[in-house]
Formats: sequence, structure tokens, C-alpha cells
Amino acid sequence: MGAQLRVYKRRIRSVTATKKITKAMEMIAASRVVKAQRKVAASTPYAQELTRAVTAVGTGSNTKHPLTTQAETVTRSAVLLLTSDRGLAGAFNSNAIKAAEKLTARLEAEGKQVDVYIVGRRGVAHYNFRERKITDQWTGFTDEPAYGDAKKVAAPLIEAIEQETADGGVDELHIVYTEFVSMMTQNAVEARLLPLSLDEVAQESTAKGEILPLYDFEPSAEDVLDALLPRYVESRIYNALLQSAASKHAATRRAMKSATDNAGELINTLSRLANAARQAEITQEISEIVGGSAALADATAGSDK
Amino acid sequence: MAAELHVAMVAADREVWSGEATLVVARTTSGDIGVMPGHQPLLGVLESGPVTIRTSDGGTVVAAVHGGFISYADNKLSLLAEIAELSDEIDVQHVERELERAKAEGDTSAERRADVRLRAVGAR
Repeated sequence: MGAQLRVYKRRIRSVTATKKITKAMEMIAASRVVKAQRKVAASTPYAQELTRAVTAVGTGSNTKHPLTTQAETVTRSAVLLLTSDRGLAGAFNSNAIKAAEKLTARLEAEGKQVDVYIVGRRGVAHYNFRERKITDQWTGFTDEPAYGDAKKVAAPLIEAIEQETADGGVDELHIVYTEFVSMMTQNAVEARLLPLSLDEVAQESTAKGEILPLYDFEPSAEDVLDALLPRYVESRIYNALLQSAASKHAATRRAMKSATDNAGELINTLSRLANAARQAEITQEISEIVGGSAALADATAGSDK
Repeated sequence: MAAELHVAMVAADREVWSGEATLVVARTTSGDIGVMPGHQPLLGVLESGPVTIRTSDGGTVVAAVHGGFISYADNKLSLLAEIAELSDEIDVQHVERELERAKAEGDTSAERRADVRLRAVGAR
């Protein structure tokens, strides 16, 4: 076999192996998206009921709470960025990081100091590489977040909000995550989580025009709100984590699908080149044989005479 | 036909139980409270403890609820909890081992959780 043909054959073998791997990763990601979507759906009733309850307390009483009152001058904000632990997901992480950086720049332009909190190894690596300060970070659960993980993330954030700004607390909390719209569409979005605007929440939950009943609070409206708001924040963070996980798997699936398609195309091109090389080799051999026999025939014809 | 109320018990990551009931007894921070159909709208904070639901077909459902809220309006009652387990789902031997371990380690919150689970099973 000719040298060139051998090189092509070797490359085809290696691309075929890569294609098998990316194909497997695509299938795994596809099954994980479905699982993650199911988890998002399973967490919805809790989030809905909680939103209703928050609305009920917010509209049914004139209670003031540090988590719902807007500070007069905001000097420090916290930004929570949700990324994934692993890459191979196309532009998933870079989109989220870009959105966070845009938000940070905007907040800083407004004269606010920004504390960054990050979930996911990719985001942490990005900030560490640029030697930017990370206030707190969590890794290791982004593929399948549990409610306990959301609690772990929410605890220091709620603590920071409740602290006075002078003592290192923050005045507002923004969250940047990737919203799962469909298998094909995922958007990096930012939202202000705290201070909570009760009017907005009310609009969300009573869109159907229902009128909330006058609740009897047990033990008191303040205590209920005190207990309710941290749970509400946790549930919002949990939801964002779940959507982020679903989006990551969908992005991985898409990236791996295009990798598999590209590998297939490359194999096609390489096999054509290999065929051409083989054909050229055969042609050359034939012309060598023909040339050789013609030379031999000439030589014997000459010696006869 | 006796009046009924619709109960939905939801944990953070799933719906634990839902159905029709005639009476729900839960423990709020200011004491046990029983809700029957036609109760005034209520929103309360729950303590860790067993919740007893008397279903409309005469059966009883007991669940261990670890913190959360109870809300009742328009004949719909929702029990929200970060963690909620039906007593049928609780593995007694496992919980007893947990309780012993928690006592040995002096982990009071784990001890309380295990205690609530055992009480829920006992109330079945």
C-alpha cells in the first residue's frame, strides 16, 4: 500500500473513533435534558404556592421587611452567576459569563460596588484566570442540583442582604442564569432577585385577575413574612439552578450533534481522497507494467534480428 | 355528603400527596391547628411535626413535615414544606439508626428530624 493511502486510512480510523465518542455524548446529554426538564416541572407546584403565599402577605398586610425594602442609596450589589462544572457545551458558559460581565459593568457605571458569587467550575476558572475577586463560590452539583444545594447557595446571600451595608452587607441581589426555553433555545438572562418588589410578584401570580382572600395570619403577618421570604429566595435560586442544568445539557447535546455531523463529513471527504489515491496508485502500477512489457518487447524484437 | 376540602402537600422538589379530605391537623408555631371545610382563609408557619389528614373516604394519611407553611383559601389547602414524607415512605429501622447516630454525635437538628419521622409513623 502506498504511503499516502496509508495516511488517509489512519486518519479515517481516528475520526471514526472520535465520532463514536461524540455520538455517545450526544445521546447521554439528550437523556439528561429530559430528566432535568422533569425536575423543573416537579419543582413548579412548590414555587407557585410559595409565590401565591408571598403575594397574599405582601398585599394583605403593610409589613416591612429588609428583603422587600429598597435601600435609598445602593452602594453595593451582589451578582450570582450560574455556570456549569464541565465544558463541551458550545457557547453556554461564555454567554452566561458575558451577560454577567455586562451587568457588572452597568452596575459599576451606576457607581455601585459589585460582589460576585459564582456557581460552577467554569465561571470560577474564568474569574480566577483574570485574577478577579470572587466573594463566594460553589462547585460540584451543577449537573443535578438538589434543593439542599440551593439552600447552601442562598444562605450567605440572604445573610449579606440582611447585614448593614457598612458592615460588608449588600443592598441588592442580581442573578444571572441560562433560561431554558426549548430544546433549541436557551437564553442567558439576568434578573433582580432582591429587594423583592411585591407588586411584580403580585402581577405574576394574579395574572388571571383573581382576588386574593383576606388571610388570617398565624402567628402574625411579620412572622409569616420572615419565614416566607428566605424560602421564596431559595426556591427562585433552585429554579434557576434547575433551568441552568437543563440548558447546559441541551447545549451539550447540540454541540455534540454538530461535532458528530462534522466528523461524518470529514470521513466522507477523507474516503474520497483515499479512493483517489488508491486509483492513482493502480493507474501508476498499470502504466509501469505496460511500459515495462513494451520495453521488454522492444528489446527481444531487437535481439531476434 | 360531608363537605370536603382539597389538599395539596408539596415539597420543594415534588408533589407528595393531593386529594380530598374532611379534616387536616397540623402543628403551627403557635400550636396545633385543625382545618375543616369552610375555615376562614389562613396562612401559618408550620413547626416540624406530623400532619394528619383525614381523607373523605374515611382513611387517614400521616406525613412528617419539616418546617414549612400551611395556607387555606377557597376550600383549597396547601401544605408547603422543604421536606415532607408520607409515613408509608418512612423506613422505621433506618430512622432509628439515624436517631441513634444523631444522639451519639449530638446533632440536634438531625435528632429532631428523626424524631418527627418516628412520631409520624407512630400516629399512623
